[in-house]
Amino acid sequence: MTLNALWVVVEPANGSLTTTSLELLSHARTLASSVAAVTWGTGDHAAQAGEYGATTLYSVGDLAGALPGAPVAAAIAALAASESPDAVLVPTSYDGRDIAARLSARLDRPVLTNVTGLVDEGGLVTEHPIFGGTQIARARFTGAGPGIVLVRAKSFAAEPSGGAPASVVTAPAGELGAEGAARITATHVEERQGPKLEEAPVVVSGGRGLGESSRYALVEEAARLLNGAAGASRAIVDAGWVPYSHQVGQTGKTVKPTVYIACGISGATQHMVGMKGSKNIVAINKDPDAPIFQIADLGIVGDVNTVLPSLIEALKSRAS
Amino acid sequence: MNVVVCVKQIPDPAAPQSLDASYNLNRSGKLILDEADTYGVEMALQLVDKAGGGEVTVVSMGSADDLAGLRNALAMGAAKAVIVSDDSLRGTDALGTAKVLAAAIRKVNPDLVLAATESSDGYTGTTPVQLAELLGMPSITFAKSVTVNGDTLAVERQTEAGYDEVTAPLPAVVTVTAGVVEPRYASFKGIMAAKSKPVEILSVADLGLADQVGPAGARQAIVDVVTAEARQAGEKYVDDGDGATKIVAFLESIKVL
Repeated sequence: MTLNALWVVVEPANGSLTTTSLELLSHARTLASSVAAVTWGTGDHAAQAGEYGATTLYSVGDLAGALPGAPVAAAIAALAASESPDAVLVPTSYDGRDIAARLSARLDRPVLTNVTGLVDEGGLVTEHPIFGGTQIARARFTGAGPGIVLVRAKSFAAEPSGGAPASVVTAPAGELGAEGAARITATHVEERQGPKLEEAPVVVSGGRGLGESSRYALVEEAARLLNGAAGASRAIVDAGWVPYSHQVGQTGKTVKPTVYIACGISGATQHMVGMKGSKNIVAINKDPDAPIFQIADLGIVGDVNTVLPSLIEALKSRAS
Repeated sequence: MNVVVCVKQIPDPAAPQSLDASYNLNRSGKLILDEADTYGVEMALQLVDKAGGGEVTVVSMGSADDLAGLRNALAMGAAKAVIVSDDSLRGTDALGTAKVLAAAIRKVNPDLVLAATESSDGYTGTTPVQLAELLGMPSITFAKSVTVNGDTLAVERQTEAGYDEVTAPLPAVVTVTAGVVEPRYASFKGIMAAKSKPVEILSVADLGLADQVGPAGARQAIVDVVTAEARQAGEKYVDDGDGATKIVAFLESIKVL
């Protein structure tokens, strides 16, 4: 091991650390002799952080409604002035990206983003899928100071090490100016039926080939009948048919279900990088030359607005 | 109210992409306005309209050889454009880009800075918040809606579970997700007017950032680019009314049904 210390930003959610946080901790301990975690909020995550490999847990504490980006980055920057981690690993998430970007500007150090692999080759080397995941660009940091890495979900397995609870060290953000002035005044949880998109064993996704927004209901119904989740291509999210939270791809979520059913999705590179890790891929598309067929285990060349309703009928008759 | 929208002219995402010998994205072809930026331009125009005064300025970095993308934003209704263009910017990373944009935006002194959540060519998604930190402003990312009340901003911000209501004092940086507003099509009148709207072209020297941009300022290097493990195509059938049956049989074979 040539790496001495890695820090991992671990995000609290619903009383636990997020799965991506645990994936990063698990991988960090294979790369560095010392792994510390950084978190915030009022929850106690020492046992879980320790179980996945952190020996120290820096806690920024209660953020009093502030968005995490500015205060958490300020706290890490203050710690990094006296300690010197080789790199700070951050989950690619709404708040993770804010933290990494703020930290980058504070430390005047670069961020490497969309990372799906991290290896030690006499220093940290990051792996980035490019051009729809057909190629991997490998990069490293140069110059003095810690590197900052934004890692995509599901890049590594989350495996407990059986470590003792991490020792908790308070890491205050200190006084922030206008940078830290964004405040959460209310939180809305949208009712969701069925499994989460990132965790569902079956994902049925819709794209432009559906023709119009009302037909996305077919995708949702097929997903429901298969006990799966409904996803979407960027094209129909941009068109306003479905919320961003359904988006699968480079700019959206990474999914690796048992089976991914792409309905009317041509397979833009930006979409493929988010789903090509699926165990099985089924594609329905009118265009026989659509790129999605190059990675599909089963391809149906046909109109999604014919095939999908028949599939729904078939699934319904099996259920009854 | 004066609003800056950060925009980017990018190679057409539908065209094949390639890297040059220095591992930079080949940008030699025609450049277009990143579609992701049109939502910010539309939102800025609506906010200025609601405020009853002010103007929208688009700020960009990149080649000024082809300004069609910026003219597109001007044709939608932005009042002027500023682009920092310099050969020395080639290979600049996200933080370097934020430094350049921050220097250009300081000259405009806006009440609000809007940007897309990420560009459609580089996808780093960090520049707007790096920019906010450099400008000493609060930032709210992944906005679904933006309302301005006097000198306060109210934003609905996308979260994993739903959305949060977030407030911040102006000036601030906000990133908007695609699809939250319907970008207007430029009218013929708008396209004609855009031809005479001011486009200011700045150099790196104008901004005093000579040592902080380009590959040297990026402090990262590509080690190599390798081919990823390819996924094999399976069986492909033309639907003869039996497409659904084939899918059901496949789902049975993998024990999903």
